[in-house]
Amino acid sequence: MKDKADVVIIGAGINGCALAYELSKRGKDVVVIDKRHIAAGATGRCGAGVRQQWSTKENALLAKKSVEIFERLNDELDADIDFRQGGYLIAIHNEEDMAQAKKNVEMQKSIGLPVRIIDRDEIKEIVPILDPDGMEAIGATFCPTDGHADPFKTAYAYANAAMKLGATFYKFTEAKKFRIEDGEIKSVITNRGEIKAGVVVNAAGAWSSEIAKMAGLEIPNKPVRKEALVTEPIKRIFDAMVISFRHGIYFSQMSHGQILGGIPSPEEKVGYYTEPTFSFLQRMAYMLGKYAPVLKQINIMRQWTGFYDVTPDALPILGFDSRLKGFVHCHGFSGHGFMIAPMVAKLLAQLITGEKLDLPIDRLSVDRFKGKVVKEKSVVG
Amino acid sequence: MKIVCRCEDITEEDIVKAIRKYDCQTLDELKQVLRLGMGPCQGRTCLPIAARILARETGKSIEEIMPQTARPPVVPVAIYMVSENEG
Repeated sequence: MKDKADVVIIGAGINGCALAYELSKRGKDVVVIDKRHIAAGATGRCGAGVRQQWSTKENALLAKKSVEIFERLNDELDADIDFRQGGYLIAIHNEEDMAQAKKNVEMQKSIGLPVRIIDRDEIKEIVPILDPDGMEAIGATFCPTDGHADPFKTAYAYANAAMKLGATFYKFTEAKKFRIEDGEIKSVITNRGEIKAGVVVNAAGAWSSEIAKMAGLEIPNKPVRKEALVTEPIKRIFDAMVISFRHGIYFSQMSHGQILGGIPSPEEKVGYYTEPTFSFLQRMAYMLGKYAPVLKQINIMRQWTGFYDVTPDALPILGFDSRLKGFVHCHGFSGHGFMIAPMVAKLLAQLITGEKLDLPIDRLSVDRFKGKVVKEKSVVG
Repeated sequence: MKIVCRCEDITEEDIVKAIRKYDCQTLDELKQVLRLGMGPCQGRTCLPIAARILARETGKSIEEIMPQTARPPVVPVAIYMVSENEG
């Protein structure tokens, strides 16, 4: 095993893999360690959606810039990540939702997103199997450039591209301790040996609080169990992701033809619980039948759990820690780490190498929790 | 050519290639890179065979490889049959 690197990244999820690529591209010597393997946590369990329709400008901009990268990622990484832009259709259920939707759409348009408010007829034009009555929808917002990518393929594509540029990945390698001298990080001690590095990135997803604690730092993240299910593959019937903030549901048809979706588990709890629940299955089946009655006859193949790494404002924590020199935060994605990873990785690589940043990320620093927080409202699952 | 996963059309050769290319140590990794066991049979046919191939290639025992998280339902079940407030 290598005993030193410029940067050690803890966590081989989408953000760790993408950051390894962006740093390697800039000539840094990078080591990625993971206690399991690539995409073993939230990345490999996520809903695969790529959405730009957010209520906070920080998230909307990160997502929009990420879509611009997703659009050319096949060429850049020399791989097929299965990126498709079928849009996101977000249900509006009442006047209160409508007021929030109008506010969101105005902000989203101001940064150049082709988003619009649609009526009940147009909901059926875009996704013919939807029943606006069952959805209890008075309208929806729709952004045609939102879409999907394959999380496995995207994570592996980033990791392979990083390795081609010289990055090293150590699987089944767990961070156990940090060596810290005079308020500065010196090395990561793993179950397989010590790696010296001036910069250490915490990209451990749902386990980021444990990694931070190992460095003597407190962060407000909580791991929250989420559940999802997938049906048997069927003929392609729709391209958009359908979601509702009020019902918490999301579902779409994957490139293999399966319907994949989730909804908050009635027995949702904080902590590392991985048991799938029957109550989730019942809830999701009921809501899918209300949204798209024709799906009632389709077989469910599999359900599984994963974790959201949730912060108090549902925004990620990014950047250097002011208390510990060399320690970088890259976590707290609160359920949307996959879709913003391309831009997050680029910005953190710019930060670590001292380049000028394409977007400011000061407002996403860990220090923001000292004051009043402005919460991201557009969260599902 | 020996077909191992009939749902996703994966051969023994595909599995051996993937194990070597990605240094796969677990069935989860094979699932990720090949979609092995993710079809309608949910791996009931292919996973024990793939586990034996993985054991042979990595030198691990079947016991080290085989246990995986259970992902219900055991057999595919229609959405309306498990829907709450119905039936």
